[in-house]
Amino acid sequence: MRDWRNEKAAFAILGLPGVFWLFAFFTIPLALIWVYSFCASDQIGAIIWDPFWSNLSLDAYRRALEWINLGIIWKSVWSGALATIICLLMGFPLAMAIAFAPARWKNPLLLLVVLPFWTNLLIRTYAWIAILRTRGFLNASLEWIYDRIAALLGAIGIADALPPFQPLELLYNQPAVIVGLVYVNLPFLVLPLYATLEKFDKSYLEASLDLGASQWRTFFSVLVPLALPGIVSGTVLTFILAIGTYLVPDVLGGTNSLMIGTLIARQFMEARNPPFGAALSFLLMYTTFALLWLRAALAARSKGVDF
Amino acid sequence: MATDVSIAPPLSIRRARRKPRPTPLEYGRKRWLQIVVAFNFLFLYFPIFSLIAFSFNNSKRNVTWQGFTLDFYNQAFHNQGLQEAFARSIIIALCSTAVSTVIGALLGLALYRYRFPFKGPFEGLLYLPIVIPEICMAMAMRSFFGRLGVPLGLVTITISHIAFSFPFVAVVVRSRMSGFDESLEEASRDLGASPAQTFFNVTPPYMTPGIVAGALLAFTLSLDDFVITFFTSGPGSTTFPVKIYSMVRQSVTPEVNAASTVLIALTLTVTVIAMWIQSRSGGKSIAS
Repeated sequence: MRDWRNEKAAFAILGLPGVFWLFAFFTIPLALIWVYSFCASDQIGAIIWDPFWSNLSLDAYRRALEWINLGIIWKSVWSGALATIICLLMGFPLAMAIAFAPARWKNPLLLLVVLPFWTNLLIRTYAWIAILRTRGFLNASLEWIYDRIAALLGAIGIADALPPFQPLELLYNQPAVIVGLVYVNLPFLVLPLYATLEKFDKSYLEASLDLGASQWRTFFSVLVPLALPGIVSGTVLTFILAIGTYLVPDVLGGTNSLMIGTLIARQFMEARNPPFGAALSFLLMYTTFALLWLRAALAARSKGVDF
Repeated sequence: MATDVSIAPPLSIRRARRKPRPTPLEYGRKRWLQIVVAFNFLFLYFPIFSLIAFSFNNSKRNVTWQGFTLDFYNQAFHNQGLQEAFARSIIIALCSTAVSTVIGALLGLALYRYRFPFKGPFEGLLYLPIVIPEICMAMAMRSFFGRLGVPLGLVTITISHIAFSFPFVAVVVRSRMSGFDESLEEASRDLGASPAQTFFNVTPPYMTPGIVAGALLAFTLSLDDFVITFFTSGPGSTTFPVKIYSMVRQSVTPEVNAASTVLIALTLTVTVIAMWIQSRSGGKSIAS
């Protein structure tokens, strides 16, 4: 690595285009809505500019604390948390199976896990509509099973015991949103978990089993504590992605399954309140940064652990 | 004689030889774990496969298989809105890829070669477009163009796509360069090449796989993006994913599934090529 002062011209040619783009078309837009978040807007959503900056206020942030908005934020948080927990319950055995699989199986299995997230996010999300809608695959399967049970009951003479099948309302509600969140984020949890479990020294498990611990005890007292850095890293990443999502609640959610992402978009669009939208954006970003920092800090601390 | 009997191993061992029981650590052979893994893969793949399968299904709305047809591909292919949106997406993706590959590769090289003040914070800033929620970036870009009075359209979409793509290129190129052997440059200088000759003849060939992989990544990112595109597009600048979205809003038809399948096939092909180039050149996977 060289000092930039020794090759100023080359450094400028290499670095400046990127620096320019990053500042002009990313940092300045972000800074702009950061300023917006302290401003007020008029009826049609135009920001009221004051040359003396005298109308700067925290009103937009205060608005986030109103009950109705707190409710939506709370809904995002618990939906994100629930999706993360389900991802963990599904992803941990998967990561474990891949990490403990024979070497020649590992890469194909990993590829199978990451392949879905190279397909378009929107397409992956709307694919669930065909499954969850009233006349979708899931309801059709349930109806089939239901009809078989009804036929069976008919055969033993209690034909009218069951009312006709009523399709379940599975789409455009919060459970559908959570299914979608689990679906799009599962690989983000499996990969860090796998990376940790892969490095894991299996002789710890052998030692534990040799010393008489049961499989369950070995799992909870040896494997889980030692895999904790991977678990934390994966769950934090999944949670960040889940709470900040816009598309999933928009496509699979109903009118009252708003999440922060939808609320932000709505402020800039129909609700015509950009300051509030900007304030929410920054609250979401601060949360993201805090969690990423936490993740990095925990990762740095766990480096001391010998694997 | 009785010795014959003693040669045959006890029954339990014979049975074990035929089909050895999984040892305690062979989790992959535990039935319950196999079921969990199978469920996971079913969950991951059923939605995509059913979507693809029903783009070939000879029925407008049923959930049952009615026979194979390419009618919906034909229909999607002749849908003028879809056609235009597809052409627009490709143009945007090509422009965005060209610009983000150049500035991203240069920046990646600068980050690899030079020590400079505030390098740490700058790298943090470079990662921001990758880590912040898409909706926040979308709203920032939209407000920014609104404030400047730039009409939303192809140009604003392309600028935004470059803004979130080139950091990926820079990261990929930089990680490729981390395996670069500086003694190659020294050897070139020792053998009498000028600094400029060394720079143009030694470094770029080594960078190439990283640049190509970064470019392909930028292409798929641009082609696939929905959220940022949706909010930085104006009337008449509908891209392919945005068009698919507006069709889905009305109804999920086999025609949308056909259009989606085309997009999936295109992105997967590009990604597989990128992966192949990276694995051949021994670089790090872009998936991680």
